[in-house]
Amino acid sequence: MSDFPLLSVLTFAPLLGAVAILFVRHDNAETVAANARHVALFVSGTVFLVSLILWFQFDRSSKAFQFVENVEWMPTFGINYHLGVDGISMLFVLLSTLLTPICILASWTSIKERVKEFMISFLILETFMIGMFSALDLFLFYIYFEAVLIPMFIIIGVWGGPRRVYAAFKLFLYTLLGSVLMLVAMLMMYFTAGTADIQALMAFKFPIEMQRWMWLAFFASFAVKVPMWPVHTWLPDAHVEAPTAGSVILAGVLLKFGGYGFLRFSLPMMPEASVFFTPLIYTLSIVAIIYTSLVALAQEDMKKLIAYSSISHMGFVTIGTFTLTTQGIEGAIYQMLSHGVVSAALFLIVGVVYDRVHSREISTYGGLVNRMPVYALIFMVFMLASVGLPGTGGFVGEILVLVGAFKANSLVAALAATGVILGAAYMLYLYRLRTIDQGLASKNQGYERTRDRCICAVTVHHALDGYLSAIVPRCDARFGRASARSSPYIFGRCGHRRQTRDCRRELTESLGCPWPNSRTSSRRCPRYFSPA
Amino acid sequence: MAEFPNIVPALPEIFLACVIMALLMFGVFQKGGTADNDVGTYRIVSLLAIVSLGLTAMLLIPVAGGRMVTFAGMFVVDGFAVFCKLLVLIAAIFGIVSAREFMERHGTARFEFPILIIFAVLGMMMMISANDLIGLYVGLEMQSLSLYVLAALKRDDSRASEAGLKYFVLGAVASGFLLYGSSLVYGFAGTTSFDTLAKIFTGGGDVSTGLVIGIVFIMAGLSFKISAVPFHMWTPDVYEGAPTPITAFFAAAPKVAAFGLFLRVMMGPFGELVQQWQQIVVLISILSMSLGALAAINQKNIKRLMAYSSIGHVGFALVGLAAGTEAGTRGVLIYLAIYVSMTVGTFACILCMRRNGRMVEGTSDLAGLGKTHPLLAATLVVFMFSMAGIPPLAGFFGKLYVFLAAVEAGLVKLAVIGVVASVVSAFYYLRIIKVMYFDDPTDALDKPLGRELSIVIAINAVVITLFFVYPSPVLNGAAAAAAALFAG
Repeated sequence: MSDFPLLSVLTFAPLLGAVAILFVRHDNAETVAANARHVALFVSGTVFLVSLILWFQFDRSSKAFQFVENVEWMPTFGINYHLGVDGISMLFVLLSTLLTPICILASWTSIKERVKEFMISFLILETFMIGMFSALDLFLFYIYFEAVLIPMFIIIGVWGGPRRVYAAFKLFLYTLLGSVLMLVAMLMMYFTAGTADIQALMAFKFPIEMQRWMWLAFFASFAVKVPMWPVHTWLPDAHVEAPTAGSVILAGVLLKFGGYGFLRFSLPMMPEASVFFTPLIYTLSIVAIIYTSLVALAQEDMKKLIAYSSISHMGFVTIGTFTLTTQGIEGAIYQMLSHGVVSAALFLIVGVVYDRVHSREISTYGGLVNRMPVYALIFMVFMLASVGLPGTGGFVGEILVLVGAFKANSLVAALAATGVILGAAYMLYLYRLRTIDQGLASKNQGYERTRDRCICAVTVHHALDGYLSAIVPRCDARFGRASARSSPYIFGRCGHRRQTRDCRRELTESLGCPWPNSRTSSRRCPRYFSPA
Repeated sequence: MAEFPNIVPALPEIFLACVIMALLMFGVFQKGGTADNDVGTYRIVSLLAIVSLGLTAMLLIPVAGGRMVTFAGMFVVDGFAVFCKLLVLIAAIFGIVSAREFMERHGTARFEFPILIIFAVLGMMMMISANDLIGLYVGLEMQSLSLYVLAALKRDDSRASEAGLKYFVLGAVASGFLLYGSSLVYGFAGTTSFDTLAKIFTGGGDVSTGLVIGIVFIMAGLSFKISAVPFHMWTPDVYEGAPTPITAFFAAAPKVAAFGLFLRVMMGPFGELVQQWQQIVVLISILSMSLGALAAINQKNIKRLMAYSSIGHVGFALVGLAAGTEAGTRGVLIYLAIYVSMTVGTFACILCMRRNGRMVEGTSDLAGLGKTHPLLAATLVVFMFSMAGIPPLAGFFGKLYVFLAAVEAGLVKLAVIGVVASVVSAFYYLRIIKVMYFDDPTDALDKPLGRELSIVIAINAVVITLFFVYPSPVLNGAAAAAAALFAG
């Protein structure tokens, strides 16, 4: 089994599905659409099952890259087709394969025009996402990283809302500008280290001066993707204009590219620069958390509100990553996963009513609890998960990040913690206005109809969402363990978990700062949320 | 009596010259007069021209081995020349194939067109193989004169005549520059042979001011031919004015030939003087990239837009030249190969833009193409994303290798400016995609597309899309060509 190129199969199966859909031809447009939908669902569902095989065969006790494939690709340049997953990327691959079929289901009825092209775009997007998370070659990574823009641009531009052109252009150009700067830094890395292999680069020690420039270039790219304040403005536009499935995949997976990039490149390859720029990251993240939470409070557009909450949640991710503590990094990974599921679910939930009423104004709704009680319940679960209530996925990530932040800098932690409060404020506000308050929905006759007709669709969507919320608590332990094993790997040169601390000490001391000897210990943290 | 020169290296060129004579005779003695006869002759001559261009490509194989110099050191054939010539021949074949429908529709189906193209190709092949300033000039002029005539081929169209005249006047000035530069170099160095010049400059050392000025003049002349800023003024007008198939040919083959010549001159005889000319190339490159990116934003005519886009592409290719290394040469060659494919494909798409039997050229005429012609729109999307340099399409790899060379040569700032320019230029490529997919359709364009055009588009779209699957042939070819240039 070890020789079977499981990852390549996983990566290119959606592409094959896309090609298959391309050949769907019929005089009746409805037949074509139905076929395209079914093929897309079948392919992405199969891919998800295959990724489960990958997940169960994944050796959780190892921190090495697994399912490695390494084939010469451009031998003239020493660039290889090199794939592999470790504890971190495995989780994200799984997240991508899980969300794609959900997105396809979510667009089952809401996408009515050019269904064939939509499904093709989505499957191509899935190929690029899986490829990006499993690439172990610098240029292969970059190709997937940037290629994602093509289907995303088209998804937003063709099936988006009224200002879709503006949003699509903004998304594309913002992200592209960041990426190309990263490309230049990658070229410099490639020449300095003499290899494009990510594993080799992790072990390579770059000169400090160069690290700083490279770090900034990578930062330009990842900060846009995350997105961090002040380059976040593309996100609300993109989210608002994107079709529901587009928002889901954008929030669920694409935002994770940035966080993943920090973990895969910035920390292990440029550790000294990462320490050097930590204050910058802290500042921007704190601003992001507090500022965007306040902005979210003032929103009248529900998709925008969730978009801003995404930015705020991703602020926790960046803080956690750059605390350079085990808890912080685990928390960041965890936060990304839970945000991937929760925000994706929130966009789906919003999409369910948007597809009926075609209004994103929060005030249009209200009293939904009377009309759609099940819906209100599911919404509540995810709303609470987004707030970070203990028992939900959101809690584990936030608390770990905060613990990590307290160890690194208590002021940062205190400021970040206000974000949790503000988060509760705007999510509860959204929930109250939409579902509980007696609003227009109670007067609006349109709901009567939709209630019967769409109860079915709601169940289909939310059976999945519900399933997700059910597995989230159970995954806690599992994700936690996997990331605990994988996070030391981030620090390439360090052997295993406890040495992470030594690595940080090494980093700190290499910059001439004294290392506080007896004060902190990574064992101090309460054991229940730090398993293994 | 002097020894008879070895004609084997020049066999492809000699063959092509004979073909031109034969086809000219054939065309002249064919019964003319009626439109049908003219079209018939045009078709036969086109077909023969394509076949003979293909045969010429075959003839390149026997000379593809090592470096061969003949005609008293005036003519050189090496891996580099073979690579460039192959590109030129491919571009020319595509040019003739995709022109047929247009020419027949517009009553310009005259047999002179394919013959002029072969003439230009012959000139280009001589340029690429030039090993002497005189050989350089002769080849260049042969190419240019054919192109001037081609630009004005549609005699009764005032725009085409204007384009031809403009091209001729400015081209003549550029040739003057080149000739003046050559004479300065000859005056100060005492020779016109590239090999001897290379020997003189070995080790760099002191170079007289006159010589430097001569080199600058030569560079100015060559920059005109590749339409680099600030010698680009003719490009938008000529692109817009000339009949579209001829513009398609202009955009591809002459660029390759002129770049081949540029590379040979700069890396060969003046290779040791890289310190002297590098900053000029860097400047030209930055200007071309920036102008190509900014000036195209506001263009409404797609041919004009492509003109500025080609200026931008020239700027990117010049990044590789500015590196002044073997890696840079390799990057330029890969870039050119990909550029030819993208350009040929895009212009074939433009040639499909007809409404009610008339050609349309506005970008807004593409509105709603995604609905009315899904396949054509999809391929044009591929070309546009590729031109913008978005992976995994081929255009990205073109840019990757030139920037790779630039960073290796320490030109990091140039690379940064380059990538930023590529982001700016992405805007107008995206705008075309936007018009096709996001805007509502106006009157649909005519159907069906011509068979030849469909084939040309399909071939190039496949090349661009699947380049990343198996890039080795182009990469290895370009690497061998660059190595050959530096070995000599």
